[in-house]
Amino acid sequence: MNPLGEKYLRKDFLPFLFCPGCGDGMIVRAFLEAVDELGVIDDLALAAGIGCSAWIPVYIHADVLKILHGRAIPAAIGLKATRPSRRVVVFTGDGDGLAIGGNHLLHAARRNIAITVVVVNNQIYAMTGGQVAPSTQMGARTQTTPYGNLEMPLDACKVATAAGATMVSRWSTAHPKALTRTFKRALNHKGFALVEVISQCPVQTGRYILGSGASHFNLQWIKDHCVPVDDPSKMGEVEAQGKIPLGDFLRVEKAEFMEEVQRMNQKVKETRFKGGDR
Amino acid sequence: MKKGRIKVMQGNEACVEAAILAGCRFFAGYPITPATEILEGMARRLPLVDGFCLQAEDEIAAIVAVVGASWGGAKAMTATSGPGFCLMQEGIGMAASVESPCVIVNVQRGGPASGQSTSTAQGDLYQARYGSNGDYSLITLCPSTSQEMFDHTIRAFNLAERFRIPVIILSDEVVAHIREKVFIPDPDELEIVGRKKPTVPMEEFIPFQAGEDGVPPMPAFNTGYKIPVISQAKGPYGTRGTAKEAEVFIRRLTAKVDRHIAEFAEVLTYGDERAETTFVTFGSVCRAARSAVDIARERGFAIRSVEVKTLWPFPDDLLRSRLEGAKRIVVAEMNLGMLRNEVQRVIRNPEIEIELFSKIGGLYPQPQEFLRFLTEER
Repeated sequence: MNPLGEKYLRKDFLPFLFCPGCGDGMIVRAFLEAVDELGVIDDLALAAGIGCSAWIPVYIHADVLKILHGRAIPAAIGLKATRPSRRVVVFTGDGDGLAIGGNHLLHAARRNIAITVVVVNNQIYAMTGGQVAPSTQMGARTQTTPYGNLEMPLDACKVATAAGATMVSRWSTAHPKALTRTFKRALNHKGFALVEVISQCPVQTGRYILGSGASHFNLQWIKDHCVPVDDPSKMGEVEAQGKIPLGDFLRVEKAEFMEEVQRMNQKVKETRFKGGDR
Repeated sequence: MKKGRIKVMQGNEACVEAAILAGCRFFAGYPITPATEILEGMARRLPLVDGFCLQAEDEIAAIVAVVGASWGGAKAMTATSGPGFCLMQEGIGMAASVESPCVIVNVQRGGPASGQSTSTAQGDLYQARYGSNGDYSLITLCPSTSQEMFDHTIRAFNLAERFRIPVIILSDEVVAHIREKVFIPDPDELEIVGRKKPTVPMEEFIPFQAGEDGVPPMPAFNTGYKIPVISQAKGPYGTRGTAKEAEVFIRRLTAKVDRHIAEFAEVLTYGDERAETTFVTFGSVCRAARSAVDIARERGFAIRSVEVKTLWPFPDDLLRSRLEGAKRIVVAEMNLGMLRNEVQRVIRNPEIEIELFSKIGGLYPQPQEFLRFLTEER
């Protein structure tokens, strides 16, 4: 076994439930590399909902709360608020995080609470057998869009940016080094961080949308269709070519929510106790 | 005599006061009439004790954040009314499944749907018990005064921690907003229960294995235990369970509460202990029934009101014994007969018809209406 796996995986939970060729295992590895380099395994509190990507944290030997479909982010807020020194990471998918859990994403980003949300985007509802997702490209045929998808896909990075996230990046399973680097930054970021990972699902996306269920074909599709940009202003050019821009789109410093809460609590206590009012 | 102080408070305020004293340090809620004062009160009070109050984006987020905070190691609570209680149901089932102690206050108002936001009702009985999917068991307490709201809130936290379950306080608009005296004991006069923690080192700890009482010890996150908590039916180690393991798990979830009902079941009697004519009531309706009992006794009638204080799991045996000697049983409630159904299930005497005095539409019943019901020909 990979030494990282030896060190950090929950052996009694193996083998992975991921299908052959799935990108989720690559995300486990990239994340564990970041955790290992930072030495933060004991500080992790991981949360997830329902879907393939929601199983990513369950295999990691850390405290993990895997609950209802779409609801990982509120649980993460409860964990963060009760001990802000925790490094709280949510693993979610494009259905879990952008459809059923979309509202929670907006409001967590708006609060700028220091949690990391990893959105694994495979462009489909994979675990339930290949239905259209909010991230599915227009025209795509899925089990629930047998005549083609008429809906515009939602861009997780743009949504998070508009909602007030202070760190936004998108990479792919074909860019593992960039992914590890980004996870490290996100784990240390004092604010809400969204990391979108374009990932392959040969079994559903590959077979139904892209035209092949072969692993190498699906990874190659990502390499061909994802274009790293060094400047977010170039995103539009890439999108105009029908491709997906990757990169570190946003990283700014702003007041972090739980720090502000602690500051406020301190101030309120001082003024209240001075006056003896209760 | 317990040391303490007396304060005039509405039920919602009494709930806040008690929650802080019980050790609640995390609250998440969404504004909704007639429960909003609890959210407002927690927002004022929690910062003073280094706690945190979250106004969530919806009630789903509120209950789920409460479960997160519970695993974070805090005592946590949320409060809502009918429409918000509907949204919380998935979270309540989840809290039961991951065995998270927490307290949920439902200040009932008229239903269904938006119903009557400022009027009282008692239509959420079954929702409190059967609102989420699958088999699970939790405890529901029904206060009828500000004092009981205070006492039941302390008790709700203690029972939640004792059994690792969500405990529901089923209040209603009348209890929420009536202002009356509340005795607030000094903190050292209160019995406060905390959750059972693991006593073995991490390597030996089996997260969902329980002893005799069916309640496994619960470590907080980031205290070294590194446990997987999933809301699927699970085996003792926290993996998705086999059919056999799932069965053991589900039976334990219900048995850990139901088997200990004698520890917490409460049914009170007001009036003549052995009177043949008896009301059965819960929540705010107990108040009007007491006045009716007083008036009837002044007129020389023997009568009593039997008050159900712990509604779920339903106190079958205790209620049966409390109703001994009753020949005429009238269940009085502000819905179309939910409590009556339970009383009918428990009292299986063909000689006794379980009558229903039902008041719906938002107006609280007057004591005279109870008496009229008793004397009317039917």
